[in-house]
Amino acid sequence: MTTIPGIAAGLAVLGAGLGIGRIGGSAMEAIARQPEATSKIQTAMIISAALIEGVAFFGVATALF
Amino acid sequence: MVGLVRTGTKNLRNLAVTVFFLTAPIFFAQANNVEEDSTETFKPGEMIMHHVQDTHEFHLWGELAMPLPVILWTDHGLDVFMSGGFYHGDGTVETSKGSYVMHHEKIYYAGVHGGEHGEAEEVHAAMPLDFSITRNVFSLLMSFALISWLFISIANSYKKRGSKSAPKGAQSFFEPIILFVRDDIVIPNIGEKKYEKYLPYILTLFFFIWINNLIGLVPFFPGGSNLSGNIAFTFTLSLLTYIIVQFSGNKAYWKHIFWMPGVPVPVRFILAPIELLGTVSKAFALMIRLFANITGGHIVVLSLASMVFLFKSYIVGGVVTPFVLFIMVLELLVAAIQAYVFALLTSLFIGMAVADDDHH
Repeated sequence: MTTIPGIAAGLAVLGAGLGIGRIGGSAMEAIARQPEATSKIQTAMIISAALIEGVAFFGVATALF
Repeated sequence: MVGLVRTGTKNLRNLAVTVFFLTAPIFFAQANNVEEDSTETFKPGEMIMHHVQDTHEFHLWGELAMPLPVILWTDHGLDVFMSGGFYHGDGTVETSKGSYVMHHEKIYYAGVHGGEHGEAEEVHAAMPLDFSITRNVFSLLMSFALISWLFISIANSYKKRGSKSAPKGAQSFFEPIILFVRDDIVIPNIGEKKYEKYLPYILTLFFFIWINNLIGLVPFFPGGSNLSGNIAFTFTLSLLTYIIVQFSGNKAYWKHIFWMPGVPVPVRFILAPIELLGTVSKAFALMIRLFANITGGHIVVLSLASMVFLFKSYIVGGVVTPFVLFIMVLELLVAAIQAYVFALLTSLFIGMAVADDDHH
């Protein structure tokens, strides 16, 4: 059966997409409020996106392999 | 008038889309007929896995491939030969020290069964230790030579001209990037006082990952090997980071792991194993992140490209080519972002390990 791992991987990606989307949206709002803090906000945004992405890859890797 | 023109172009676009969707099945239908006729069907999964995995030969174009040296540590000592024999003839290589077969890029001793038929199921024989110059090792040696030449020449030009004079050539391209790594990655995370010890490692990490990602994106001969998307490669890098973080950890770092201050004593016993596991899982996430990003990028590009060969149609080719170009450009960005993220997280972890315990 390849369907169920596929669905599991898709769900993992869905969760990560929601999470990273929220991070990106909040970072945009924060930059709009305080454009002078752009570089700090971007660094924090990339770090948290990378951490969420790591969890999503765990999900995808365990589902597919 | 403007409205008329606008509706006119809209209608034209609708017409074009309709025509495409009406005619596309014809081309697909033709493609299906062609596929039934040909004896050899194209299997995208196999092609993609072959390109993503490590191999003992370097595929050039068409049927042409460059054999690479195989270095085996066998029961009878060292055995060195070229890999061509595994891919031609019956796939068995016989040398003065023994005979070998290869199955899914793993080399086995040719057993009693495997020697004659060379069939996959019959190979149960033991494996010699494989130190071959595989495609990834070849790529690694090449990028090692490239990076050494590039950065030693840059370092020499600083030695010759001094750090105050204006940079020239490759130096002027890399100086802003080196300063970016120092001023935007290393110093904010590790701190002014302690960063100098770790700067060489993080610079090496950044440029090594970045250049290997870029070499992996080159679609023809010297590039194209999936080196930075190899789990052993990323494991080694994250292991180095793990060791450096643990050895640079100060008293406060270890105290926060084993005897967390400001937490009730029974909870400290629960927290200690979790925190200890946390040190490993950070490095583990570094390993998986780089591996999955680069391998995933290669798989997406190859899957899109193999659509052309699946449907055997010019229309699909015309649609897919811009998509492949788009993904390739995106991968150029990902190559830099992953190098940045790896360097950033490494300096973050080092910074957490060396931070002064001021706030208690």
